[in-house]
Amino acid sequence: MSADWPLWEVFVRSRRGLSHTHAGSLHAPDAQMALRNARDLYTRRSEGVSLWVVPSREITASSPDEKDPFFEPAADKAYRHPTFYEVPDGVKNL
Amino acid sequence: MTATAPPALATLPLADDALVLSHRLGEWAGHAPVLEEEMALANIALDLLGQARALYAGLRDELGTEDEIAYLREERTFLNCQLVEQPNGDFAHTIVRQLFFSTYQQPLYAQLAPKLPLAEKAVSETAYHRDHAEQWTVRLGDGTEESHARMQRAANALWRFTGELFQPVEGLDLRWQELEGEWAASITEVFGRAGLDLPEGQRSGAWTAGAGRQGLHTEPFGPMIAEMQHLHRSHPGATW
Repeated sequence: MSADWPLWEVFVRSRRGLSHTHAGSLHAPDAQMALRNARDLYTRRSEGVSLWVVPSREITASSPDEKDPFFEPAADKAYRHPTFYEVPDGVKNL
Repeated sequence: MTATAPPALATLPLADDALVLSHRLGEWAGHAPVLEEEMALANIALDLLGQARALYAGLRDELGTEDEIAYLREERTFLNCQLVEQPNGDFAHTIVRQLFFSTYQQPLYAQLAPKLPLAEKAVSETAYHRDHAEQWTVRLGDGTEESHARMQRAANALWRFTGELFQPVEGLDLRWQELEGEWAASITEVFGRAGLDLPEGQRSGAWTAGAGRQGLHTEPFGPMIAEMQHLHRSHPGATW
């Protein structure tokens, strides 16, 4: 039966001020039931104050095969990182 | 806490309702249609067990420890309504039983909330149980031909157990008629959304159920408590 139900990704906000974090996934017949299942599966021990559920099929993921072209270029450009710059002595509150 | 707390023994029927339904829902463990729903039913069962324990704890002077109350009483001394002891049947039966009961239990706890320490937490727990049952009732009632037929069959079968819920319990000073009115209005509304017909039979009077509060139970109840109590009775004092 659950084979017919779509998969949903669950995001939980653990407390106010933090962003929602991916917690896991589950099967449910529709969005409302997915929210309820998420409540039962991921917030039983007061882990959250807010829940999002997103149909897994709506997520577009980067491909592991394209890892290099996607993520490699950042590493060789040291000036993109804040540690590249020396902080002048006179600057306060930084 | 302005209102006077009800006499402790008056809460025994409510505690037995919660324990017995908790046990029935626990029987789904390992058998539910999907893992997600198994968790939902187990969560509800654990909420109910917590409510039963809180109430039994208040009866220590009258009846003994929680374990003694749950495991060492005979069938005739359980005062739960007959609705909650009905077997799980198919998933539709379980959902309709859950809908009928939580639509009764939530406003009842809400009325009791100022008088019982248990009730405030229990009101929000049962609000969730009620929502869970309503969501499923609408989806199954308004689902496929098969799911609709099963829901209607379950509603027709369990209808005669619902009149008993509103027999006033001695010692509980509640507005019973108001509870029954709210219950009927809510069930009518949910059934309307689910495309289910309200069963036509009588809910109370001759030929309906209704002696659970007096300790008389239906046939499936005996085997259920035998299973529930056998471990404790075979190994008195056993602990985890």
